[in-house]
Amino acid sequence: MAVTKSASAVPRRASGDARVAAAFIAPAMLGYLVFLVWPTLRGVYLSFTSFDLLSSEKWVGLDNYRRLVNDPVFWDSLGVTLHYVVVNIGVQTVVALLIAVLMHRLTNSSLLRGIVLAPYLVSNVVAGIVWLWILDTQLGVGNEMVEALGFDRIAFFGDAAWAIPTIALVNVWRHVGYTALLIFAGLQSIPSTIYEAGRVDGASEWRMFWAVTVPLLRPVLSLVLIITVIGSFQVFDTVSVTSDGKPANATNVLQLYVYDLAFGRLQFGYASAISVALMLVLTVITVVQYRLARAGQSDLD
Amino acid sequence: MTATTTYAQTQSGPDARTEQSSGKQGRRPFSYGRLLAWAAMIVITLITLFPFYWMLRTALSTNTALAQAPASPLPADFSFGGFLRVFGLQSTEDALAEGGSGGSLDFWRYLANSVLVSTVITFCQVLFSAMAAYAFARLRWRGRDAVFGFVLGGLMVPTVFTLLPNFVLIKEVGLVDSLFGIALPTMFMTPFAVFFLRQFFMNVSREVEEAALIDGAGKVRVFFQLILPMSTAPIATLGILTYITAWNDYFWPLMVSYSGSSRVLTVALSVFRAQTPQTGTDWAGLMAATVVAALPMILLFALLAKRIVNSIGFSGIK
Repeated sequence: MAVTKSASAVPRRASGDARVAAAFIAPAMLGYLVFLVWPTLRGVYLSFTSFDLLSSEKWVGLDNYRRLVNDPVFWDSLGVTLHYVVVNIGVQTVVALLIAVLMHRLTNSSLLRGIVLAPYLVSNVVAGIVWLWILDTQLGVGNEMVEALGFDRIAFFGDAAWAIPTIALVNVWRHVGYTALLIFAGLQSIPSTIYEAGRVDGASEWRMFWAVTVPLLRPVLSLVLIITVIGSFQVFDTVSVTSDGKPANATNVLQLYVYDLAFGRLQFGYASAISVALMLVLTVITVVQYRLARAGQSDLD
Repeated sequence: MTATTTYAQTQSGPDARTEQSSGKQGRRPFSYGRLLAWAAMIVITLITLFPFYWMLRTALSTNTALAQAPASPLPADFSFGGFLRVFGLQSTEDALAEGGSGGSLDFWRYLANSVLVSTVITFCQVLFSAMAAYAFARLRWRGRDAVFGFVLGGLMVPTVFTLLPNFVLIKEVGLVDSLFGIALPTMFMTPFAVFFLRQFFMNVSREVEEAALIDGAGKVRVFFQLILPMSTAPIATLGILTYITAWNDYFWPLMVSYSGSSRVLTVALSVFRAQTPQTGTDWAGLMAATVVAALPMILLFALLAKRIVNSIGFSGIK
């Protein structure tokens, strides 16, 4: 708009832009259509078929979904996943908030922020294996400590009651720093004058946390929650390298079940139906969270 | 857009705040509350760092000594045996004697595979996403906003949802068990990368661009010689995050890779973990392998720590 110097320049510029634009978006659009849009549609389509990868797929209508509704392993798996998400997100959010607030009130050190972020640099696989070793029943230093404190050794990854909370906490270890830095960025946007005013009025740090930090952080916090919940539901890596669904399906999270159905039993159609179900669950949760949290609005305005 | 707000807020954040908070600390008197807060921070730091130390300590021990001194804070019977095993430099007899599985391991190859896959993904994804982002931010063409909205819709699809159908596709085109097959789906773009860079390109000053255009430079040259060099900070941020994500990815390479030729470090680690020798898990070797998998990212991070740490805020919704 501001750039139109003469009337004749406009059409030439515009058509020139169209050609350059087409060339510029071509690779990205190709990738988007072939590896994101098409697979999404195909995944939905495959959920209505019987497909073993070797012969071509057969349309079976709603059979996979009927099977899903009556599949106790699926419901059990959904329950295991929910258990994981509740522990993982609950602990992670509280600890991340604590770390962010501590850093915000204590220091601006980049070194400290770097340390907090360090576990994010290693893969879930590395995190899983290292904690598997630390918490090993016979030789793990974690269990040496448990014993030194006078308790019996705990099979953290092998006991049905401990396995999911343990895996959830391992993933908290890996992701909490990243989440804390996102919240920290949100804290930095709260004007320090508000805290100064609070201090002048004699408010304690504790009171300022509840009266200033929490309400003003709400938009950032709810956005962070939406993202972390979506990620948490897709848990696979850590479970796969530690307990691998055992003992007796106690850690059989949804993605593990999907992987086993597809690659262990070549039931790609049914595996796709479960993926679709997970996507629907995630969509509903995201919409509800967004509504509840009014994530788009800020109290700062 | 919420993510936009987060980004905009943080940009003014760190610089504006540094002076104020350091001044504040000078004035702040000693209090038990602060002491408690520091104590909590130190405990968190220790829990964060302990597994890294334990990885290294175990990697430099021998399995026999580990069994006798499981809690010794220093390496038990200091040895590089674990690392030798991981890189296939130990004879089968030695490996078996030291509690290895004797199975063949070639972490040089897996390391090279990881470097290659992550580098190709990062370079191509950032370049193509930047080009598209420029077209969405700065070029004028019909249907631009509609197409951009369509691309943003991709953010709604959970990552794992596309894995199975993509595997079917990769199998159909015969790229299973190849590094190219691993890289292909994320090589072109992610909706997040396009969205993220578009935010920055929209803020690049129009005057500079106009001046270059009047000098006769085409839009293509403006992009490569002006916009890209002016956006090194966000591009580096995105590049680092993409590299870390690609390096640490496990689920997708696990599906695509069957043999050592296309095995990346994450998959190699889980294969190693599954080969338990008769004598029990080869913990020294396994921890040496995790050090090999983790070290490159830690070094990259040590070099670029400040930049990454300060950019997490703007990355917002990664």
